[in-house]
Amino acid sequence: MLEEIAKEIRKDIMRTAYKGGSGHIASALSAVEIMTALYFGDVLKYDPQNPEWEGRDKLILSKGHASLVLYSVLKRVGYLSQGELDTFCQPGSALGGEPKLGEVKGVEATTGSLGHGLSFGVGIAMANKMNQKESRVYVILGDGECQEGSVWEAAMSAAHHKLSNLTVILDCNGLQAMDETEAIVSLNPLEEKWAGFGWQVSHAQGNEISSILGELKADRQCTTQKPRIILAHTTKGKGISFMEDVPIWHYRMPDQKEMEIVKKDLGLEKI
Amino acid sequence: MRNTYLQEVYNLAAKDRNVLSLVADNGMIVYDDFRRDFPGQYFNFGISEGHMINAAAGMASCGKIPFAYTIGAFLAYRSFEFIRLDVCLQKLNVKIAGIGAGMSYGCLGPTHHATEDLAVLRVLPNLTLLSPATAKEMKRLVNYAYELEGPVYIRLGNNLKQELYTEEMEVIPGKGTVLREGADIVVFSTGDITYHVMEAAKRLEKDGIGACVASMHTIKPFDKNFVAEAGRKYRQIFTVEEHSVIGGLGGAVAEVLAESGCSAKLKRIGLNDVYAYGYGSQEQVRSANGLDAEGIYQTIKKCVSS
Repeated sequence: MLEEIAKEIRKDIMRTAYKGGSGHIASALSAVEIMTALYFGDVLKYDPQNPEWEGRDKLILSKGHASLVLYSVLKRVGYLSQGELDTFCQPGSALGGEPKLGEVKGVEATTGSLGHGLSFGVGIAMANKMNQKESRVYVILGDGECQEGSVWEAAMSAAHHKLSNLTVILDCNGLQAMDETEAIVSLNPLEEKWAGFGWQVSHAQGNEISSILGELKADRQCTTQKPRIILAHTTKGKGISFMEDVPIWHYRMPDQKEMEIVKKDLGLEKI
Repeated sequence: MRNTYLQEVYNLAAKDRNVLSLVADNGMIVYDDFRRDFPGQYFNFGISEGHMINAAAGMASCGKIPFAYTIGAFLAYRSFEFIRLDVCLQKLNVKIAGIGAGMSYGCLGPTHHATEDLAVLRVLPNLTLLSPATAKEMKRLVNYAYELEGPVYIRLGNNLKQELYTEEMEVIPGKGTVLREGADIVVFSTGDITYHVMEAAKRLEKDGIGACVASMHTIKPFDKNFVAEAGRKYRQIFTVEEHSVIGGLGGAVAEVLAESGCSAKLKRIGLNDVYAYGYGSQEQVRSANGLDAEGIYQTIKKCVSS
């Protein structure tokens, strides 16, 4: 069932981007199973009737340029209508290429400039501890984003404050805007780096629902005092044959001919 | 004034558990009382200013009221993007307190001088900018910052020897305060250099020049009406700040005067597009850069006479 939802979200991403004529499609496609597992796999606690529910968990999409996947999920949750989704990146819309707090229900932080989401999440996790709230904070980072020094300031701080209520899901698709991350500024070994910063590290196949859901469920049961990170191994552009693992699709729209392939790949009759 | 800030934040923390003190490894000893009495409301983020500001924004999104305190130069410049996006764009209730206003860290030099902070922060939407000149202003403005739901930057100078307000005088946030009347010229000042401006005004009086001195403790929102009115009343206007003449108080006054269409002449006194020259105590560095009472007096005298 979750696989079906993931398929529908991919269709939404492509339709929305095509209508808006904009969006970081491949980055959004990379995180589809992660977001599906979080929101529809009984991981993230939220109230579809009340986006402001005090007891909710918070999800921060630090790689905000993947907003298409967040908006598609929020539509499915019920926080956005199809009509609103259809306005993506158009004049008068609340749905920009990067999500904004206060303008879209379910968006917990304004992101877009990379290297901000984790520090913000640390602040929320610290506030939750002060308030003795059980809620968890999830932050989705991109692997290229880990080239920002601020990520590591936040990582040190989270471990120091024993933020066991904080989980990062690192969308490890191995690509950034211009090339493979390893070709630009090497990030590996990511596991040792995060472990060295005091985090508990686990791995998942980030485009396989059973794998990522299993890790997220295990994470909720975990009793360590450390903050946790799941290195979710993903494919950028997942699901669109000509986009998978091809750097140029970081920020590019398919033309009409390419859209025919998209329709075939996703089983879409029309866009 | 720093002590007044600390005392007021202590008092606020005592009555509101959501008030937090965040520091970036700065404030040894001076936070001892706060740490002892409110250990759950105090966090040292280490040498990590941008992270502190961003985490403060996260806390504020959960109803906390963090007062994030460290050297203003590091807050305004290193943390700028975090202030811009995480605090101001999201309109979060974070209070940013920058110590070492102007050349307070005289011996350390330009790395530690907050001499462009007002300029870079003044352009940020949603940010209230406070720059108190005396302990009385500080006391009122710290409480105003708490009462205000939204981002605030407070520029903290050193402890001033002398209070410039009388008991009857009131600090009204958002409004300039006339500290001294004078019929010939008006001098707008901000921060604790105002003490030197008052001294300079006394000397000008002996020379037969009546100088009105106004403390502009709220740099944003700026008291435009007050300045525009002065532009109509006086033929010569001066601004004095321990800051670049570009973009801070002088910039704000110039903008108002230019748009008001008045014909008053303006002279901005501050650092003339340079980093402060020399080392020593704050007073010595002020003196070396023409920003002590003598230097201010000489500059004004020369302009008035010419």
